[in-house]
Amino acid sequence: MGIIFSFFAVIALIVIVFIGVQGANLHYLFGVVIPYAAFFIFLLGVIYRVLQWGRIPVPFRIPTTAGQQKSHPWIKTNPIDNPFTATGVFIRMAFEVLLFRSLFRNTKAELRDGPILSYGSTKWLWLGGLAFHYTFLIILTRHLRFFFEPIPGVIKIIESLDGFFQVGAPVLYLTDLIFIAAVTFLFLRRVVIPQVRYISLAQDYFPLFLIFSIGLTGVLMRYFLKTDVVGIKELTMGLVTFKPVVPKDINIIFYIHLFLVSTLFIYFPMSKLMHMAGVFLSPTRNLANNNRAEMHVNPWNYPVKVHTYEEYENDFRDKMKAAGLPVEKE
Amino acid sequence: MYNGGKIIIGLIIFVGLIALPFVFSGKGASAKPEPKLDTPEILKLPETERKCVESKEYMKREHMKLLNEWRDWVVRDGLTIYTSSSGKQYTMSLQNTCMKCHSNKTKFCDECHNYTAVKPYCWDCHIKPKEKEL
Repeated sequence: MGIIFSFFAVIALIVIVFIGVQGANLHYLFGVVIPYAAFFIFLLGVIYRVLQWGRIPVPFRIPTTAGQQKSHPWIKTNPIDNPFTATGVFIRMAFEVLLFRSLFRNTKAELRDGPILSYGSTKWLWLGGLAFHYTFLIILTRHLRFFFEPIPGVIKIIESLDGFFQVGAPVLYLTDLIFIAAVTFLFLRRVVIPQVRYISLAQDYFPLFLIFSIGLTGVLMRYFLKTDVVGIKELTMGLVTFKPVVPKDINIIFYIHLFLVSTLFIYFPMSKLMHMAGVFLSPTRNLANNNRAEMHVNPWNYPVKVHTYEEYENDFRDKMKAAGLPVEKE
Repeated sequence: MYNGGKIIIGLIIFVGLIALPFVFSGKGASAKPEPKLDTPEILKLPETERKCVESKEYMKREHMKLLNEWRDWVVRDGLTIYTSSSGKQYTMSLQNTCMKCHSNKTKFCDECHNYTAVKPYCWDCHIKPKEKEL
């Protein structure tokens, strides 16, 4: 159900561009207004979500660890998987953010030959995820050539490395291939593995379809349909300098690409894609495991009214004495 | 706000990265490439003859593909004559056909290529045309 809904949602987005640009000639709306709106929704939305998360207290360190906690000096500790210091936490976070360490520990469970449940290591999700995220990052960085003039050397270096094999003209980017393959893998994984399909919802399929179609329209635009790149850069430079211009003769494929990207930006803050910011706020990753060494006071603790034994005895001393009970103070 | 300091720093880094293109869009932000078609060879031609091997629109979009095909046809298949869609025949040669008219590499090729960070590897093998004014 979710898969069909998501598929047609993306198709509908593409149809909207056809109607809007081809039919109604709303080039300014699709080239300037919607991208600006999407950008600011993205920016403010991400900030809002992060601030909302920041308001939630984490009263206690949650040590989900894969290493020995720091305790007695003669027990060997694991300072990265079970960090005690801020440095350790930083390294663990770096592993998590840059190398997806949690996914590396991914396991699969399967029933073999009747009722034998076996667990095994499975690295495909980790590999696919890593390939997907890093190629996405490189592609995003490469696109910065449309937002700077003169173009910084770093972007040119990335671009020339990406087109290292000089296949065809325009030069084939390796990241384009890997990116499309990785998104396809991440999608097939959801469809093929029954357990994953069972827990997959529209909100899982939609971003996959959306990102896939962004990649596909980009590939079509660069290698097959082609459009006026100089015109596109005039448009993007107009956007970043707040002097928007809409050059004529830019192929519809560019507007489809741009609209899908805008949709992704708008969708971003209200979806699971917020894991981009959320990964930094994972309590199980970003807190040092020093529960036993340091006092962590629950921030929503209210002052509890207590009645000590001393007060109790003061209240009932006479009656206790009369009943022959022992008292601490005479 | 809990751990407010760290979260705010993170957000500032995020906003800073996002704002980079807006802040440092560069001094050429409003520059527009204008490839020049005023080489002596082109000016010598009568107004009606000033045509490339294919239409301007086609060349603008597909010149890289065309050049790539020419390279393959000449170097790998030994073909040397290109018949354009209008039926006219041309020798497939970057240096002798294309650059004969467009002898102004810096003002013609590089103008757009630099603007869009495209670095074709034509000149890894071919000899760059000598331009008088640089």
